[in-house]
Amino acid sequence: MSNWTKIANLEDIPRLGSRVVKRNGQADIAVFRTEDDQVFALHDKCPHKNGPLSQGIVHGHKVTCPLHGWNIQLADGNAIAPDEGHAPCVAVKLENGEVFLDV
Amino acid sequence: MSKMKLVMVGNGMAGVRTLEELLKISPEMYDITVFGAEPHPNYNRILLSPVLAGEQTINDIILNSREWYAEHGITLHTGKKVTQIDRVKRLVIAEDGTTAEYDRLLLATGSDPFILPVPGNDLEGVIGFRDIKDVDTMIDASKQYKHAIVIGGGLLGLEAANGLAIRGMDVTIVHIHKWLMERQLDEVAGKMLQNSLEEKGLKFLLEKHTEQLIGENGRVKAVRFKDGQEVPADLVVMAVGIRPNIELAKAAGIYCNRGIVVNDTMQTYDPRIYAVGECVAHRNTTYGLVAPLFEMGKVCATHLANFGIGRYTGSVTSTKLKVTGIDLFSAGNFTGGEDTEEIVLHDAVGGVYKKLVIKDDKIVGSVLYGDTVDGSWYFQMLRDGKSIAEIRDHLMFGQEASLGNLGHAGQNKAAAMTDDMEVCGCNGVCKGTVVKAIKEKGLFTLEDVRKTTKASASCGSCTGLVEQILASTLGGGYSPQSTNKPMCGCTDKTHEEVRQIIRDQKLLNIPEAMNFMDWRTPNGCSSCRPALNYYLVSTWPHEAQDDPQSRFINERAHANIQKDGTYSVVPRMYGGVTTPDQLRKIADVADKYEIPMVKVTGGQRIDLLGVKKDDLPKVWADLDMPSGYAYGKSIRTVKTCVGSEFCRFGTQDSTRMGIELERAFDHMWAPHKVKLAVSGCPRNCAESGIKDVGIIGVDSGWELYVGGNGGIKTEVAQFLCKVTTHEEVLEYSGAFIQLYREQARYLDRTVHWIERVGMEYVKKHILEDAEGRRALYERLLYSLQGTPDPWKKRVEEAQARREFEPITL
Repeated sequence: MSNWTKIANLEDIPRLGSRVVKRNGQADIAVFRTEDDQVFALHDKCPHKNGPLSQGIVHGHKVTCPLHGWNIQLADGNAIAPDEGHAPCVAVKLENGEVFLDV
Repeated sequence: MSKMKLVMVGNGMAGVRTLEELLKISPEMYDITVFGAEPHPNYNRILLSPVLAGEQTINDIILNSREWYAEHGITLHTGKKVTQIDRVKRLVIAEDGTTAEYDRLLLATGSDPFILPVPGNDLEGVIGFRDIKDVDTMIDASKQYKHAIVIGGGLLGLEAANGLAIRGMDVTIVHIHKWLMERQLDEVAGKMLQNSLEEKGLKFLLEKHTEQLIGENGRVKAVRFKDGQEVPADLVVMAVGIRPNIELAKAAGIYCNRGIVVNDTMQTYDPRIYAVGECVAHRNTTYGLVAPLFEMGKVCATHLANFGIGRYTGSVTSTKLKVTGIDLFSAGNFTGGEDTEEIVLHDAVGGVYKKLVIKDDKIVGSVLYGDTVDGSWYFQMLRDGKSIAEIRDHLMFGQEASLGNLGHAGQNKAAAMTDDMEVCGCNGVCKGTVVKAIKEKGLFTLEDVRKTTKASASCGSCTGLVEQILASTLGGGYSPQSTNKPMCGCTDKTHEEVRQIIRDQKLLNIPEAMNFMDWRTPNGCSSCRPALNYYLVSTWPHEAQDDPQSRFINERAHANIQKDGTYSVVPRMYGGVTTPDQLRKIADVADKYEIPMVKVTGGQRIDLLGVKKDDLPKVWADLDMPSGYAYGKSIRTVKTCVGSEFCRFGTQDSTRMGIELERAFDHMWAPHKVKLAVSGCPRNCAESGIKDVGIIGVDSGWELYVGGNGGIKTEVAQFLCKVTTHEEVLEYSGAFIQLYREQARYLDRTVHWIERVGMEYVKKHILEDAEGRRALYERLLYSLQGTPDPWKKRVEEAQARREFEPITL
């Protein structure tokens, strides 16, 4: 069962940037906006040493973790080779300029 | 639309690397077919010696498995030698009749060992040392026979000899020259190498010309020399050089001289046909080392992908290698001549020999034997044509002569390290991990090792060690990288070129700059974006658009990110001077926001550590102090001692001078962090000797020192000049910093930049050109004019505050 919750308008997230969604007691979610105005959501923890991915530099459909520079694929949360690891994804959708998360 | 057809002839390292580069940038463009004459997929030819020596197996040295070809949809024909190219029908034809049509053809036919034209060279038991088949023949021979003769005392010959000796054969090396490896070593080093190999049981016959190979029942039996001497031989390995393999191209009417002639885009005279690797002649040079071959592959791939960027302009090579456990390095004109000078260090007992050949204050050649740790450093100076006049007296003792790099326990000889010893103190990488990655993942360059193991990827102080490990693991396959390399994988332009274009074209924002310079990626990467942003804002202050999303989080959030995702806050205290009122505010803030640690920094500030990101604007508002920029590539602090106001030794008011400097340069971005210090007397309590700009008060004025560094590698600042007034201190320091801001590469500290341009260059601009100095200083003041305090701005503006506000569900 999907549980779509509106979290923000697209313009509330900076292009090539992100916002953090805090949930009571659960892992933070990083919501990214790429240059082509697509949105992606991942758990805000790098698979390497739990760095906050939301604070990284976004380029293409990737983000670079601010702590040690791992590159993570936004679409599937996978680390880009040669690094290996995975940040869990959260379903996200964009409708009429509004961003929804499935939480 | 159906895909274009790409056929590659030759399934070796250069060719397959070209395909890998092509697949990276344009995976869907071609249907690819590969023909290889050998029955194996692509393997690491450089590692044939360890296979011969029994240290590795054939499976260990396979670089691309058959699965790799299948995964990428490549049709692979192994064991099929292509014998004909029909350029009219655009068809290649193999020995067994297999054909393949092409739209583009890539020739990577490599080279063949040169076989001496002497009678008997076709006898059984006479081989080259080039491929897996040769290694198999040698291993078989070692089981049945006793006497091996290796003709050729170069790297390949010595490695073959060493391997055969380990396999139990009685090996003699025959060499035409007076000493071994004459193309890499001078006589002294060549003789040292010979002695050490003789101790291992190898025998040598030097200055011998082979006349004939004598056989019995079709198999080689002995070698006869021109002086009449005859030695028994059951196996003869010819390692006297290689010949580019150009028969196929020649027969097809493609223009060849020594090799297949290509232009800077790796295209042959037939525009549909490209060539890379040992088979090509580029600007009349042929190459045999792996690094230039890979450079060719990279260029060729961009043209096959129709990107049309990248030109191969030739490589200056050096050799850093390991022969049977001995480290060797050579580069340039190491024999010297009448107009050159030599600096020599020779320790025959310790097995170390170093020679630098110098002409007009520049290194033009070098041979290192036994200790090669400084090879890359010398090579870099050689290639950059850097003047060594200033460092001549300690040049021979190496880069780390008196001031060692930190973080790897003073180790500077990789060979002496055991596998469990730490190479990289930042990322905790041991020698064994690096060696394993090089062997198993097929790594060739420093960049490869950095990406895969993270060794040398952080502070870089262990780079020399990692290069040694690469050299000893790869043997002759390693060549240090060129220093003038592109900014990153997103462009072919160097830092300097990018800066120049931004200036010439007046580019004012990142999309404009990337568009104009044909950036390969839509929005760059985490390494080029911050650099571009800095180049834009420093070249066009008040005009260029500063892009927060292209700044590292610390500069975006104006606080320093910590390992747990919290931040640290360091308010500015000009000159390290504070007041009871400020201290009370800091104490109140620490209580109110439950800040877990309050610490005094090395730059005479107070650090509040462990602040939650959403608390930052509130903390700043309550503090009501300016940002200390403790997080940025920017002015950090001006450290001061008390000075003449209180100190009984003080000659100058260093505190006041420090405050003036810190106020003047407040809010200044730079290529990297910039630290200053002012001491009031030569006792130098503010440690001015290890700062980017260090100032020491003396009775008659102020001494200015520049380019110091207390970090990864301790660097003592160099004397710039002595001035009298506060105004002069400001102007000279400011002009120096502005020159650095305008010319250094992003992430260069002042010391790195000075290392490259030379202290003379700095002096010329700051001391000899008064008008230029004033103009530099003016430009610095202009770029800082009216810049707001970043904390205040974020406290006051809702839009700027958004960065710090989480969305709560």
